[in-house]
Amino acid sequence: MNNMLTIENLSLQFGGVKALNDVSFHIEEGEIFSLIGPNGAGKTSMLNCISGLYQPTKGSMKFQNQEILTMKPYNRTGLGIARAFQNIALFAHMSVLDNLKLGRHIHMKSGLFAGGLYWGAAQKEEVEHRHAVEEVIEFLEMQDIRNVPVGTLSYGLQKRVEVGRALALNPKMILLDEPMAGMNSSEKEDMARYIIDMHETKGMTVVLIEHDMGVIMDLSDHIAVLDFGKLIGFGTPEEIQNNPEVIKAYLGEEEAG
Amino acid sequence: MGDFFQFTLTGLTIGSIYAIVALGFVTIYSVTKVINLAQGEFVMLGGLTMYSLSSFGMPYWLGFIVTIVFVSIIGWLMEFVLIRRAKGANPISLIILTIGTAIFIRGIASMVWGKDQLRVDPFTENKPVNIVGATITPQAIWVILIMLVVVSLLYILINKTMVGKAFQASSINPLAARLMGISPKKMASLSFTLSAALGALAGLAIAPIMFPSYDMGTMLGIKGFSAAILGGLGSAPGAVIGGLLIGLLESLGAGYISSGMKDVITFSVILLILLIRPSGILGEKSVGKGGL
Repeated sequence: MNNMLTIENLSLQFGGVKALNDVSFHIEEGEIFSLIGPNGAGKTSMLNCISGLYQPTKGSMKFQNQEILTMKPYNRTGLGIARAFQNIALFAHMSVLDNLKLGRHIHMKSGLFAGGLYWGAAQKEEVEHRHAVEEVIEFLEMQDIRNVPVGTLSYGLQKRVEVGRALALNPKMILLDEPMAGMNSSEKEDMARYIIDMHETKGMTVVLIEHDMGVIMDLSDHIAVLDFGKLIGFGTPEEIQNNPEVIKAYLGEEEAG
Repeated sequence: MGDFFQFTLTGLTIGSIYAIVALGFVTIYSVTKVINLAQGEFVMLGGLTMYSLSSFGMPYWLGFIVTIVFVSIIGWLMEFVLIRRAKGANPISLIILTIGTAIFIRGIASMVWGKDQLRVDPFTENKPVNIVGATITPQAIWVILIMLVVVSLLYILINKTMVGKAFQASSINPLAARLMGISPKKMASLSFTLSAALGALAGLAIAPIMFPSYDMGTMLGIKGFSAAILGGLGSAPGAVIGGLLIGLLESLGAGYISSGMKDVITFSVILLILLIRPSGILGEKSVGKGGL
C-alpha cells in the first residue's frame, strides 16, 4: 500500500514547551489511523500541524509524496486534507445545507465576479455542488435538519454536521478530532458506522483522535501513541495493547488521577 | 406637516448616502477587522471621476460603469499594496495606514481636479416633484433608489451566492473558513473591492446634489463611520439604519432647531444611543474572544 502521509522528525515548540518532539510515523492510503495518548500528549497539536494551523519547528511532512510543511491551510484543503474540530467550528447562523455547501467552496472554478453575479457557469456549477452536498446529507442521514440553523441543533447533531462539512470537501484524508466526545451511546454507534462507511464505501483515509479505547481498538488499522509530545508506540491495535510503554503511560495516568 | 415631510425626504436622501458609506465600512470590517478611514475618499473619487468622464462627453450609463470599475481597482490596490503588506500589524497601525492612504488620495485628487467645487449634471431632468406638500428633486429620488438597489444586491450577494457564503464564513470564523479552503487574502481583496465600489456608487449618486471637491470625502467618511458604529460595526442592516437615522437627525435638527447645531444634535443623539447600547443598534454584544 502507498503512504498517504509521511511524517519524519516532526517537532513543534511553543516558547520553551515542546508540544511535539521528533515524531515520525506514516499513514497508509485508505486506512483508519488513530492517534491516542493521555491529555496534553500533543494529539490535537499533531492534527493542527497536518492541517496547517501550526507551523512545526522542524521535520518533514509529505502528503502523497508532496512536501506540505510550509503550505497554507486552504492550499492543503485543495490537496484533499479535510478537518473536523473537537470544539465545533460551524457557522452557527447558517443552515446545515449552507455549512455543507461551504465545504464545496474549494472545488468552485468560477471566479469571484461570476460567482457573485451568479450567472452562466457559476450557476451550473452551484447546481453540481448542490448534488454533492445532497449525497453527504443522505450519507449522514441529515435530511430532516437540512434547512435548520446549526446553532439550534443538539451537540450530537452539530458534531455530525461538522463531520459532514469536512466530507463535503470530498477529501482524500479526513482528520477527525474526538468526533464522539459528548455523545450518548447510540450517537457514538452512529458515528462509528459513518467512519467505517467513509473508509469502506468512499475509500477515504481517516485519521482519528478519540478517548474511547473500545472504539479505537475496534476501528483502527494502525495506531500511534503520543505521550508528552513523544511517540511511544506505533502499530496495529494488538501491538499497541501489548506495548509495555503504552501500558505504563496509561496506567501511570490512572494512578496519578 | 409639509415641513416635516420636506425635512424627512431631505434626511432620507443624505441618509441614503451615509448608509452606503457605512455599508462600505461594515463590508471591510466584518472580514478583515480593519477600520478603513479612507472610505470617504472612495466616495470623493466616485464623484470626481464621474465629473471628468461626463465633461469628456461620455454617456452617463458608461461613465457610471467606468467610475465604479476605476474606484474598485483603487480599493483592490489599497488592499493588495498596503493592507496585505501590513498583515499582523496592530489595529492602531492599520487605522493610521488607512488615514495616510486617505491623505494621499486627497492630495492626488487636489492636484488632478483642483480645489474648487465642481458641477455634475443630474442623471435625468431635475425638475422638482411635489409629494405630500414636500418638494423633492428627481436626483434625490435616484439617490434613495440607488441605496435600495445597493442594499438588495448586497443582500442577494451575501446570502444567496457561494461567494457570499464564503464571505460570511470568513467573517464569522476565519480559522474554520481557512480550513474549508477559503482564502482569507481573496476575501480581504473582495471586501476592499466591494467597499470601494459602494463608495463610488455613493459618490456618483451624491455628485449632482453636493458639488464634488477633493475634500468632500472627509465629512462623508466621518458620517458613514458614525452610522456604522451606531448600527453596530459588524451589522449591514445596522449600517443602513444608522445611516438613515443620522440623515434624518441632521435634517430635522437643522430644520427645527438650527442648521449650525445639526452636527451637535446628531452626535449628541449618537452618544446617547451608544451609552444605552454600546454595541450599536443591531450590534451583537461580544463576550470575550470568539473563534476557536
